Parts: sequence; structure tokens; C-alpha cells
Amino acid sequence: MKSKFKKIFKGGLGQLTIPIIAICLLVIFNLIRDPSFFSIAIQHNNDGNIVLAGNLISIINGASELAVLAMGMTLVTAACGGQDISVGAMAAIAGSAFVKVLKSASVINAPIVILGFLMACLVAMIFASFNGTLVAVFKIQPMIATLILYTCGRSIAYWINGGATPTVSSPIITGIGSFIPGIPVPTPVLIVIAVAIIFKLVFHFTSLELFTQSVGINGSAARLNGINSTFIKLLSFIILGLCVAVAGTIGVSRLGLINHETLLLDVEMDTILAVAIGGNSLGGGKFKISGSIIGAYVIQMLTITLYAMKVSSTDVKAYKAVVIILLVVIGSPVIKAKFQKLMTNLKNRKPKVSVKGAD
Amino acid sequence: MQENCLLKMRHINKLFPGVKALSDVDFTLRKGEIHALMGENGAGKSTLIKILTGVYQSDGGEITVEGEKVNIHSPQDAQNNGISTVYQEITLCPNLTVAENMFIGREEGILVRHKYFEKRADKILGELGIPARSTQQLGSCSLAVQQMVAIARAVDMKCKVLILDEPTSSLDDKEVNMLFDLMRDLKSQGVGIIFVTHFLEQVYEVCDRITVLRNGELVGEYLIEDLPQVELVAKMIGKDLDELSSFGEVEEKHFDEKDIFYEAKSLSSSDALPFDFTIHKGEVNGFTGLLGSGRSESVRAIFGADKVNGGNVTIKGENVKITKPIYAMKHGIGYLAEDRKRDGIIAELSVRENIILALQVMKGFFKPISRSEAEAFADEYIKVLNIKTASRETPIGSLSGGNQQKVILARWLLTHPDYLILDEPTRGIDVGTKLEIQKLVLKLAEDGVSVTFISSEVEEMLRTCSRLIVMRDRHIVGELTGSDLNQAQVMKTIAGGEAGNEE
Repeated sequence: MKSKFKKIFKGGLGQLTIPIIAICLLVIFNLIRDPSFFSIAIQHNNDGNIVLAGNLISIINGASELAVLAMGMTLVTAACGGQDISVGAMAAIAGSAFVKVLKSASVINAPIVILGFLMACLVAMIFASFNGTLVAVFKIQPMIATLILYTCGRSIAYWINGGATPTVSSPIITGIGSFIPGIPVPTPVLIVIAVAIIFKLVFHFTSLELFTQSVGINGSAARLNGINSTFIKLLSFIILGLCVAVAGTIGVSRLGLINHETLLLDVEMDTILAVAIGGNSLGGGKFKISGSIIGAYVIQMLTITLYAMKVSSTDVKAYKAVVIILLVVIGSPVIKAKFQKLMTNLKNRKPKVSVKGAD
Repeated sequence: MQENCLLKMRHINKLFPGVKALSDVDFTLRKGEIHALMGENGAGKSTLIKILTGVYQSDGGEITVEGEKVNIHSPQDAQNNGISTVYQEITLCPNLTVAENMFIGREEGILVRHKYFEKRADKILGELGIPARSTQQLGSCSLAVQQMVAIARAVDMKCKVLILDEPTSSLDDKEVNMLFDLMRDLKSQGVGIIFVTHFLEQVYEVCDRITVLRNGELVGEYLIEDLPQVELVAKMIGKDLDELSSFGEVEEKHFDEKDIFYEAKSLSSSDALPFDFTIHKGEVNGFTGLLGSGRSESVRAIFGADKVNGGNVTIKGENVKITKPIYAMKHGIGYLAEDRKRDGIIAELSVRENIILALQVMKGFFKPISRSEAEAFADEYIKVLNIKTASRETPIGSLSGGNQQKVILARWLLTHPDYLILDEPTRGIDVGTKLEIQKLVLKLAEDGVSVTFISSEVEEMLRTCSRLIVMRDRHIVGELTGSDLNQAQVMKTIAGGEAGNEE
């Protein structure tokens, strides 16, 4: 009987149980509330393209940056047993670098956009390496190490464009931020799919997954098996840096401007939540990228649902918190341990009684 | 005699899931005595101590303090009954002052009366002759003094029973002597001291009585003068001296100079003192010695597991530098670590992933072993080593100890090492698996693999090794081959010093 319960809690549907149940509940809730909630319409947008529209699309589209960041955060979490809280600030830096390159050119064409994106990647990787070095080499707790950039990152972003919030308008930028003519699916969604595929390929063609998990689960054993854990941890930060650059680029392209103060503001906490809701242990170790992606969509669906229920934007956060508390507590190791302890106690009750009887 | 009894533990039993950690153990401590609690790893010493200090609950048995039956359910209960413990690692706060450490958690009311505490602390420190000031930060004292402060704290709490759990393992000789003086002083005040240590000589220096445990059972209680050191070793390991001589029939092998696979000259690491070591192709040798004698530290130095400080190493005649495990692995060395849980298994990963790990590291980051290849490797070794697992995808953490060990063995065998170091590969696993592992070691040697085999069970080493290196107190004190390979000789060498006193 114990093993049966254990199975449900530990194995069963696996670590995806809770995020999948959460998403199902949200879907059912919305369908009951408003059967047409998930209807998808085919519309012409302002540019005259045929595009998909509807709540479902805006959920999936809106969660794009979060999903990309959550993928990177999953790796950092797995390898280091801690989180990077500077991703929002870093995204502002990367976005500013992106805009800086675009602004420096007289015409915004494809090569310039690519150059700008590469610059964003480079800058994000440099800052991520800074975080990574503090964590991997100097063994500073990730949250403390990344607190530095969390605090000063947006100031750095401010300096890059000299304090202005420059706008960039170009069909290419619109193409990245919303729709590419002829494709009805929002581009950010396509980017998420591309990033997920890249992750899949990296896991297939390198030992990243095995090494990261080994370092996260048992650093001592990993070291004795010749794994360079410093390198693995640093690498996880650099990969997160690339994700940050992608997220920053999407964020800038959506609005067509960079506002270093508000770009992806507070996204770090949602990112960490996405990882946690995805069933990944925030203490590191075994991970599933897919869980974090689902986690990102759970968060976004929750937000959109609340907006759809006409909850005012100031109240949304409070309602969100309640749901998240429930999700996180149910999935917490304490609840699991309590449950297991209860089962062992039930099992152990017999011998204990007999001993007392003997006294 | 009887009225002198301070602490009596009778018929103590403790069950852990699947293991009987203590069965029917008795322990008696008298007033004003230093009593050594001895036994090899897994003998039940720490379980017994933890029951006494309320960390664990016993599954039967009774404890009396000064003739009164007591129930100890928590460390607080133990303290209230006058039982105090000083652990190996200092459990005080280095950032507080000595006085604060002595009184922390014992203030009555909410006010901390610094001046009063400091005065009282100075008085106790003075009485016990501890060289520390009450206002000094604890962290600024040497480890020995910190330990003494912990003892002073216990003394001030009117402890009747003082448990010292491996107090000397990180102290130098001078500090040990200081500690012993303090212990003798307390003894003269009527405190009963339980002394747990791995250092035999220290036992004979300060203790009055010895209680030996083995495999969770009481072997016996002896007066120190009735139990020579070599007999103590025999009791701990579990063989009577008489039946020892007959053992030992590993055929002697002769190795040429040119067959030397690995040679180290004055190799040292952060944890191992300089030592020389040689192993030939196809040779099985062993490191023996009691726990803490430095045998594990030495082999870890060979593998580069700890920070290597110096020494010359040659492999097949070529000079090499092994400062990290990965270099050792690239030179064909494999190392199965002593602590399987901490240094071996990646608990949440599958059997398959655990098996391919070392090979994958050697192949490199960009050349992952394909899933089908990994599955083939896993299936092969699950079969060859007879690993009992639900499937190759089962997390290794849910396997039994013996099967976990086989998976780790498979991990190293898969790298096809030239030299395999096995540190306690058979600890805590069932007899059948032990024999399988021993056979495997001999077979590997036949195939030309050099093996270093470490085990707490001397018998097992005699069965497999053709050369035994004996260590004591972090030094190599002997190397036994041929006819010297018998239990009596091994124990004499391990015990050293006192061995000659035996008639």
C-alpha cells in the first residue's frame, strides 16, 4: 500500500503531474466559466495579414519570453541548486544593446538585426559569465551572486542608450515581435519552439543533460567521476544568458522600443515559479525542461484568466499568489515527506506497541 | 562496585529498516572512570551513543542513571539527566564569545546577563585550566581549546556522564595531551567519561575500561590491563587469536621490475602524508589498517581525489601528474569510492545513466553515448554482474546497497581500466555479493588489471590480495607478502607498539 502511494507521489505521471493537472484545471475552469474562452478566430490585423487571434493565442504568445527564460533557468537551477534573479535586468541590458546596434545603422535591414541580436547575445553572455563565475568559481550562493546584477542591471541598461528610451520601427522588428506576413502564428511562439528544439538538439549531441544532473544531484560523486563541475555551472549560466538575449530581443520587438525600466520587469520571479511549477526541484538535480515550459504557460494562463474575469490588474497579483501557493505547497518535499512519514508511522506502529507491552 | 554505577544501559535494541543496528547491548559506566567504546565502522557505537543522547529512540531496553530508570526522548532529556556530548565537529558558534557559547540556550528569562556569565565562565575555565578568556571569540581559539570549551559547557551543566565522540581526530599531539589532562581532571571529580576513538594508543593512554562492540552486538567489557592491544584488534575485527594463524593461502606471485604499472614516490595530498607505493600489472594489493589510519586518504591521493601536494608518479615508466580525477581516468585508473552514497551513486539518475557516467566523461562532452549504445552497455553489465534491478531505467537510489555497488563497479569496468582502486567495495552488502566481488577482483587480475582492494574485513583481503600494505596513524607501518599474509601477523602489524608485550 505504501509503495502504491509512493508511486503516485514520486513516479506516477512523473514530475509533470502537477503542472499538467494545473493546466487541465485552468482549462476546465475557463470552459465552464465561458465556453467560448478558447475559441480561435481568424482575423486580419492592422498590417492586413491573416492571423490567428483569441485568448488561447494570447496566452501562448504572451508566455514566450517567460518560456524561453524558464528553459535557461531550469539548467542553472539543476546545476547550481539556486536561481538567477537578474534575468529581468539582464534582458534590459541585452535589449538595450540590441537597440543600440539598430540605432547606429542608418537603415534597419536583416543583417543589422542579426548583428544586433548577436550583440545582445554577446553582452548577455558576458554578464551571465560574471554571474556564473561568482557562483561556480567563488562558490557564492546564486541568489546573492545574481543580486548584484539584479540591483544594478537596469542602470547599466540606462547607460547603454544614454538614458533615452529609443524607438525602433521596421517591418523586420514588427515581424519578430508580432507576425511575419503570411504566417498566422505569432513569431514569438515560433521562437519558443525553435529554442526548445535547439535545447533538444543540444541534449542530443552533447552530454549536457547527464553532466548537469550529476553535478546537481551529487557534486562530490560527479567530481570523482572526472566531471568539471565549475565548467558545467558556468556553462549553465552562459546558456541562460543566451535565453535572456532571446527574451530581451522578443520583448523589445513587441513594443518597438526599449524601456530599460519596464522591459520584462519582475520576470525573474515568474521564471523561477515556472521552473518550480514544472516539478523541478529548486535545490537542483534532476530536471525536465518540458516541465518548466508548461509551468510558464500555467502562469500566463492564470494571468489571462484573471484578466478575463475582470479582476483589476492590481488585484491579479494577489489572486495569482493564492493559486501559486497551492501549487507549490502540494508539490513541496515537506508534504511528500509528511505523507511518507505518515505511512511509515502506520507501518511501524505494530512493533512499537509490542515493545511497550514487553516493558 | 555496584553503588559506583553511574549509567547502566541494559538490553538495548535498535532496528533500522532492514538492519538490526544494535541487539541486546549492555553498557555500564562507573563514577570517575574513562571508558572507551570501541568497534569498527558499523559496529553500533554511534547508534548506542545516539540512543543515549536522545537522537534515536531505542526499540527496547532500559537506561538507568544512578539507579533511576530514565526515558530519553530528546537531547534535552539527555541533558536534564546529566548526559552531555561533545562531538567530533565542534557544534558551538565560532562567532560568539567563549562565555556566550557556554551559556547559550541556558539563559533563564529573556535577559542575557553578560557580566555574570563572563565571570562564571572565567571561573570554570580557570578551575579546569583551560587557556581561554571568556570574552574571547570562540573562533579565535584553537580547535583543542574550542573542544575544551564545549567540555566546560558540559561540566557547568552538572553533567555526570560526558560523551566524547572522536574528540582527538583533528588535534595534534600537544593538544591531545591537553585534552587528556582535562579528562583525567574530570575523572577525579567523579565524572564518567565515554570516549569514542579510532586511535588505539590513546585508548591505552587514558582509559580504564573498554567495551567492544561488533556488528551491533556486545563483544565484552574489559579492564584495560586485561586486554592487550593486539587482542583488542582481534575483538574488534572478530577473530580469536588462536584461529588466526591457520589462515592465508593466496598463492604468491612474483612480479618483475618491468611489470610495474604505477609507482609513486613520496606522494602526498591535503589528507595523506607522503608515502611510496608501487603496483604491478595484474597484481592485487591491499591497504589495511583501522579506520582513520589513512588507507582511504592514500588511495584518494593516487586518484587525485584530494588536493595533491607533491610527489613523483610514474605510470608504465612515464612521468605523469595526476592532480584531478579526470587525469587519473585518462591514465587508465578507476576509483570506487569508500562512501558509496556520498561519492559514488547519483541517486536520482537511472542505473543506465550511472553505468555510463565515467565512460561518458572520458569520451568527452561533445561525444555523447547514444541512447541505444548506453542501453546495450547497461544491459550487458546488468547481466554480467547480475545486478538486481527492476529495469535499467530504475533510479539507482532505490536499489539495495549491494546492487548499487555493482552498478558503480560496472561504471568503472566499462571504462576498461588498467588499474582499479576499490575502497571498501564490500561494505554493507550481503555475503553473496561480497563473494561475487572478490571473484571479480581475482578475475580482473588474471586479465592483467592491477587492483588495489581495501576492506575492513582482513579475511577478505587475505583471500584476494597478494600484498598487504599496513597503515597506522596515517603512516605505512608494514608491507606483508607471502607467508606473512595471515590474520595474526596483520593484526600484530596493525596494533603495532604493544604487540611485542604479548608473551
